[in-house]
Amino acid sequence: MLVRDSVRRRRGQRRDLGRVSDIAGKTIAEKIFSAHAGTDAHAGDIVIADVDFVMGQDGTSPLAIKALEAMGVEKVFDPKKVAVVIDHSSPSPLEGVSALHTIMRDFGKRTGAKVYDVGCGVCHQLIPENGHVVPGDLMVGCDSHTCTYGALNVFSTGVGSTDGAAAMAAGKLWFKVPETIKVTLTGKLPEGAFSKDMILLVAGKLGADGATYKAIEFGGPAIDALSVDARMTMSNMAIEVGAKAGLMLADAKTLAWYEGRGERTPSPVAPDADAIYVAEHTWDVSELTPQIAKPHSVDNVSPIAEVAGTPIQQGYLGTCTNGRLEDLAIAAFILNGRKVHEDVRFIVAPASRQIYLDAIAEGYISTLVEAGAAVVTPGCGPCVGTHNGVPSDGENVISTANRNFKGRMGNSNAFVYLGSPATVAASVIEGAITDPRKYFEE
Amino acid sequence: MTLKAKAFKFGDDVNTDYIISGKHKFKSIDMDDMSKHAMEELDPEYYAKVKPNGGFLVAGSNFGMGSSREQAPLVLIGSNTKAVLAKSFARIFYRNAINTGLPVVECDTDLIDDGDVLELDLTAGLLHDVTKGIDIPFPPLPPVMAQLLADGGLVEHFKKHGGFAL
Repeated sequence: MLVRDSVRRRRGQRRDLGRVSDIAGKTIAEKIFSAHAGTDAHAGDIVIADVDFVMGQDGTSPLAIKALEAMGVEKVFDPKKVAVVIDHSSPSPLEGVSALHTIMRDFGKRTGAKVYDVGCGVCHQLIPENGHVVPGDLMVGCDSHTCTYGALNVFSTGVGSTDGAAAMAAGKLWFKVPETIKVTLTGKLPEGAFSKDMILLVAGKLGADGATYKAIEFGGPAIDALSVDARMTMSNMAIEVGAKAGLMLADAKTLAWYEGRGERTPSPVAPDADAIYVAEHTWDVSELTPQIAKPHSVDNVSPIAEVAGTPIQQGYLGTCTNGRLEDLAIAAFILNGRKVHEDVRFIVAPASRQIYLDAIAEGYISTLVEAGAAVVTPGCGPCVGTHNGVPSDGENVISTANRNFKGRMGNSNAFVYLGSPATVAASVIEGAITDPRKYFEE
Repeated sequence: MTLKAKAFKFGDDVNTDYIISGKHKFKSIDMDDMSKHAMEELDPEYYAKVKPNGGFLVAGSNFGMGSSREQAPLVLIGSNTKAVLAKSFARIFYRNAINTGLPVVECDTDLIDDGDVLELDLTAGLLHDVTKGIDIPFPPLPPVMAQLLADGGLVEHFKKHGGFAL
């Protein structure tokens, strides 16, 4: 599988060449920061850049709103460019959470910022789905998986609540322009392997801090072949290797995806041919098998054969990683006419209301429910341990989410395995981690 | 100002779910209460041990990986953690720490053992392991971050300057 793993450390070379802007091309990140900071920005520069959108969710927005109040700021820079999303504990399971949701709703009324309330879905589906960001944009969100929109050629990155508050107030934020790692994926994905398996492969190869402080540019024939949904799965998990962004090119599929999603005009950004990368990796995925991230870290990745047969008590299909229509379609394809194992709870959370409606129209929801799935409110579902399916002591969960840290789903004594929607669907049928490829051979 | 306290040592890749679990952080924004759960996935006694006399949280590489939750530095401050010393930090945690006024120091933490008494003077750029009698060098903060920390965090910076003045 490993064709080439060349790491070219070209920073030294750059230093020898003098003034970089005169001689070197730019990465996607350098171009987007140059455009938004009004300067000739290169990796390592500190810039203050305009942001096109700012987002927060219900775990982070209340602190951002509190920070705005502490700053003495009463208005947001542009109400059309700020949204808060109630998705992590939604509907509220506790009165304390209800009070936080009220803070967010009041903030929306007071400032005119958009509030996506209970039932709308996961922030990382809603922000692009509603056309709030378009290719070429720079945006920040108070959630680490804000990097998801990199798949749409948006430099989007997660920040904390106070940074988010500053961006909501000023419409700008300070950034260190990151160096970029280029990841090229070649070959054609075999049947039964998906973009989730590709990003788990990358996470295993790069490690949990393999791209810290850096951006990644994903490209190559295996990326070009993916749908926009499947690309978002990969960019979503860029943070799991520490990356600030997981960027892709905007191609015809990207532009077609934007049709009917708002009025903003995409401004795609491509890297220069002579852009400088801090490292370059090429992996061939032609023989990729389904991959699993084992407890309790996302870079603890192995081919599914190593863990196949591990009993599971809960399966989860959803999240900002894999709660999109294509993911529900794959699970419905496998579960059609079959039943969830009697010892397994199978929880499904569509990533947005629109996806829920589309999945109903396509018949996927009835297929999943007839098989035994429990469909919960569009949102984060049980991913982050707040509600909707906290596992019991000693239980194993197979999930399409992006994190499997100890305690992540609300119980420190449970074990979370991460895989593709196909792997989750196959596993909930057998009550054990199962290679889904047999369902694609028929 | 010199900070002096004991070292409480942890390993690599301490993620923000371990610093403060999602099941606690989504419930409220009462940091005094939430701070009691700081680091509890790795050491349920952390708050009880550190709160009375303060402490330095000493870790390996990639401290603060994972979620963007600002509750992570806030519960460390709330548990009387004077500073975090690590070989490296995850990006979002590092910014959040500076923004909320929690000092972060990148240094060779292999030189420090659990329980060592440390003295840290950020202004002078000095870290001294009193137990071992050694000085541990560390690079200064980037000027932008040093200014934010000197202003007392990003909120205070905004109040003082009416916006970004970096």
